[in-house]
Amino acid sequence: MPAELAESPLNMAVVRAEFPILDQQVHGHRLVYLDSAASSQRPAVVIRTIAEYYAKDHANVHRGAYELSVRATRRYEAARGKVARFLGAGRADEVVFTRSTTESINLVSMAWGRANLRPGDVVVVTEMEHHSNLVPWQMVCEMTGAEIRAIKVTDDQCLDLDHLDALLSEGNVRLVATGHVSNAVGTIHPVEEIARRAHGVGALYLIDGAQGAPQLPIDVRAIDCDFYTFSGHKACGPTGIGVLWGRRELLESMPPYQGGGEMIEEVRIERSTYAPVPHKFEAGTPNIAGAIGLGAAVDFLQSLGLETIHAHEKRIARLVLERLADEFKSITLYGPAPGVARGGVVSFTLADIHPHDLATILDHEGVAIRAGHHCCQPLMRRLGVAATARASFYLYNAEDDLEVLVSGLHRAQELFGI
Amino acid sequence: MGCTARRNFSESDRHMLESIFREIILEHYRKPRNKGVLENPTVTVSMRNPMCGDEIDLMLAIEDGQIQAVGFTGQGCSISQASVSMMTQGVSGRSVDEALDLEKRFVALMRDDEGASDDRKLGDLSALQGVAKLPVRIKCALLGWNALDEAIKAHKKSPTGAMGEKLEFEDLTELPAGFDPTTHKDDLP
Repeated sequence: MPAELAESPLNMAVVRAEFPILDQQVHGHRLVYLDSAASSQRPAVVIRTIAEYYAKDHANVHRGAYELSVRATRRYEAARGKVARFLGAGRADEVVFTRSTTESINLVSMAWGRANLRPGDVVVVTEMEHHSNLVPWQMVCEMTGAEIRAIKVTDDQCLDLDHLDALLSEGNVRLVATGHVSNAVGTIHPVEEIARRAHGVGALYLIDGAQGAPQLPIDVRAIDCDFYTFSGHKACGPTGIGVLWGRRELLESMPPYQGGGEMIEEVRIERSTYAPVPHKFEAGTPNIAGAIGLGAAVDFLQSLGLETIHAHEKRIARLVLERLADEFKSITLYGPAPGVARGGVVSFTLADIHPHDLATILDHEGVAIRAGHHCCQPLMRRLGVAATARASFYLYNAEDDLEVLVSGLHRAQELFGI
Repeated sequence: MGCTARRNFSESDRHMLESIFREIILEHYRKPRNKGVLENPTVTVSMRNPMCGDEIDLMLAIEDGQIQAVGFTGQGCSISQASVSMMTQGVSGRSVDEALDLEKRFVALMRDDEGASDDRKLGDLSALQGVAKLPVRIKCALLGWNALDEAIKAHKKSPTGAMGEKLEFEDLTELPAGFDPTTHKDDLP
């Protein structure tokens, strides 16, 4: 292994060998995948687990009176236990399987929000939320007459906690909803501190962990949040599976989100009684293979160690920020300065080259990056840009990928006569 | 696996990118023609691509079926901005029907139709032919043309114009009609 890679706490050769998709050429170049913040890739063990489940153990879950259904149910519920341990949750029945982070947030906004929000109540979000942690709150506020307020973002794209205090002191705040890590600029938010302040005024705290769970050790009890949500596909798991963790007494107090099979106890024509949590929130046949695949994904992440993955992300983000700043005079880097808590996402613009043109040029070098508003239009407005280019480095990305990115950006400058 | 400070670029890729980001396109991107607010337009169309954030406000002053003046504001990538800049040059002073004819020719160029790349009536617009090889960017090149198309439709409905009223559109299609990415000839194996 080259000396410069030796410093990463992850063994890159071993990690990369786990991801079959990375072993390919795009436009004649080695694929350099720098878009894991949109969706990560899957290790072979996750792909194998899903294939084996379908090949050997599939049947519908719960109440099946035969061996295959018992086996499928056991594997599905075992996955719930794995996710609970992954989140530091006390009990498996606090974990609800959903389709995605987006559905998890919609579940809380609709089930908890419609039952609890009243005219004049306030939901606090942030200026840098992903649309999926903003629009569901707008919708429930419209339905209930509650109001929405946003924590301001500082000039280096951190949350202005003094402004949070000001919002909380205005009263009537029932819930605070923030991301864990910004998908657009990489900021890691002080979630323990936000939980403390929200609880100080009796508000609940929901975390959009779509970017947190893939790269940080999560302990929902230590954070002391009330809801934590994440998606499988950004954390080396399958698409179509997401997680809502909620404090048990809250989940129990909430009405169901969708009605149907699986979520009932006794059904009569006029009314029904509902199954206990978490099944109350899992109407219909769930994504069984997705849950089992996610179980394999969190096992994989834990086998590498979330502390180790976080250390790798911190290190590579620092290297990327420093290298790009050194190499390109006309680059603008967004997000907190190197050294401030941040994940592996680096957002930038280069001279007058539009981010979409950068993405096209880099694609022809085999480099996959994202260009656009990253589902954060309010933040883009705050930054005064229509779009940025975003390179997200994950556990399989290292300095060699950074160097390919650098040479691709040189190529872009050359094409644009810079 | 190791670090390479500088990579070799394959000839075909080099050619492909150079055929798209040509000097004349960058020149229009950096010094767009007819950019600015037009006084007293007879029709104004705002066209946004919500997926990528590119947006154009196209203003036309049409009198007796002639495009007397044209202006645009907005922002976006080099392809969308160069395309709209060249388009305004191509349609300024022309009749509405001539403008529609030019649109048809440009769409044919983007569809990589037989003979379209030799169409002399396209003038500078031929420089955008490389975009036809990049299905995901064709929408960028067509943004301004979609605005033109809507503007002419609105003009035909109400030739005297509804001055000051801006018609707003969102360009929501993945690709315009006639471009099915699954059957685009460059995508076939």
